[in-house]
Amino acid sequence: MPEQDFSLKEKKEVVYRPAGSRRLFCNPDADAAREYFHQKSRRKVDKTTTVAEAVKRLVCDGDYIGVGGFGSNRIPTAVLHEIVRRRKKNLGLAGHTATHDFQILVAGGCINRCDAAYIIGLEARGLSKSARRAVEQGEVEITEWTNAALAWRYKAAAMGLSFIPARSMMGTDTVKYSAAVEMECPFTGKKYLALPALYPDVAIIHVHRADVYGNCQIDGIMVSDYDLARAAKKLIITTEKLVPEEYIRRDPERTVIPYYLVDAVIEVPFGSYPGNMPYLYFSDEEHLQEWLQAEQEPESLEQFLQKYIYGVEDFWGYLNLRGGLARLSSLMQQENLVEK
Amino acid sequence: MEYNRMELMICLASRFLEDESLVVVGTGAPCAAAMLAQSLYAPNLMIMFEAGGIGPLLPSMPISVGDSRTFYRALAAGSMPEVMETCQRGMVDYTFLGGAQIDMYGNINSTMIGRDFDRPKVRFPGSGGANDLASFCWRTMMITVQDARRFTNNIDFITSPGYLTGKGAREAAGLPPGSGPYKVITDLCVLGFEEESKRMQVESIHPGVTREQIIENTGFELLWSPDLLPSEPPTAEELKILREKVDPYRYIIGRN
Repeated sequence: MPEQDFSLKEKKEVVYRPAGSRRLFCNPDADAAREYFHQKSRRKVDKTTTVAEAVKRLVCDGDYIGVGGFGSNRIPTAVLHEIVRRRKKNLGLAGHTATHDFQILVAGGCINRCDAAYIIGLEARGLSKSARRAVEQGEVEITEWTNAALAWRYKAAAMGLSFIPARSMMGTDTVKYSAAVEMECPFTGKKYLALPALYPDVAIIHVHRADVYGNCQIDGIMVSDYDLARAAKKLIITTEKLVPEEYIRRDPERTVIPYYLVDAVIEVPFGSYPGNMPYLYFSDEEHLQEWLQAEQEPESLEQFLQKYIYGVEDFWGYLNLRGGLARLSSLMQQENLVEK
Repeated sequence: MEYNRMELMICLASRFLEDESLVVVGTGAPCAAAMLAQSLYAPNLMIMFEAGGIGPLLPSMPISVGDSRTFYRALAAGSMPEVMETCQRGMVDYTFLGGAQIDMYGNINSTMIGRDFDRPKVRFPGSGGANDLASFCWRTMMITVQDARRFTNNIDFITSPGYLTGKGAREAAGLPPGSGPYKVITDLCVLGFEEESKRMQVESIHPGVTREQIIENTGFELLWSPDLLPSEPPTAEELKILREKVDPYRYIIGRN
């Protein structure tokens, strides 16, 4: 076999063709991101705070946010409720399997634009009527993507780049209603899709344990949070528990988010409720059904939000309304005694 | 033996999954079909979920493709990029998709009904990972009830690619060659795709179903396989495992 050489030898004119016609909400420019990250604090200081304080300081009207976990699994519910309670407006959202998270933010009227891969539905549980109404009435501007596309857009940003090539979406209406660009691979000449890097203004991620500086460990599937944590300009962490730094240092290979990415750390036990938290508690299916029911009419939804979000001081108030420790204990059993 | 149409579809789907292959499934019927296949036909079928679950010993039906069941006693708790990149690399053999509409080339709509994108008549969740899986996995399957509104060439939005406009269209669009729709398993028949036109063709007809019934419930012209067969009904063994082991609480098979 002769030794082959696959390098590019001739000069080639490169053609880029817009493949989608919708708005690209976030600037993909890597140097603009570098400028931001250049000035981001590297101080290893105690970053613990309250949910209210973190939202007040780090989530501004108009920000574009990315939510960790997977819709109804390992979601930062306390922060999402606080965003609704503080009546934040005109937020953008990365709709990478956004289910209960999307439902909460749309119910609060907080979202006006969304990069959508999966929205409105709650998977096997059914569709959110209020989220559906908002999208059908044009209250949320949509640009289409796929779950892999959004995951890779985070990855491109995490790598400090402005785009990443991919091979899905092509030939479909999904790409026509995206903001992707068609390009040729410089090495093989094959058709690829260029996905713009996604640098959210804020990411909110719920983790199993963190120290006060923001070093975090997550158990179970990572979903896309490894890249989301790195892509985001500001990062809010809620954690099931705070642990000493020494605990992190004992198992450094389990650290998925190092402190210098993190702007705020809040201890929120049961913070994914009513979502599932792997190895700790299962989702509260009864309450998620209560949500879907309340959304049937705008008036019943308003009463529901008044009861569970606007009418309580904080996440503790919500948990107590939902039956407190007794309820949570049964969800812990559902999670841990699954084979019973 | 008595069975309902959901049980029939799940049993038929399970027989198409070869041993020692990789499949990405969602919740519901596809997950049940893969679990049944593991029990009977494909003990080393490897089940993956798009959120990151790899090779779980599923204790019950997941309610979300990212809930903790999807990586219960799993070989690996991975990530969305990990699973999607495995698909893009060409290592995933099968996937199952669902949708509101499907056309004769197996293109699927799970995004919206209506023609005005900014004011859809009905908005659905959208692609999620479906478009990616349809683009990358070698063989895409669909389990669905069949009616003329669902099986239509007047598809409002192509969310996930089938054969697009026919043979060669996937490749021309830039999708990886050799991948595409494989089987559509309905409550009336099993459909495949004719090699030259890449159009949907009836391969087997379920017990008690007539050709006329299939034609009535399809909004486009179907092709008929020259080797048209009757579908083999579920066996007693399949039904026993499906009812006792795979879905004892009848979450899926009770939805008939």
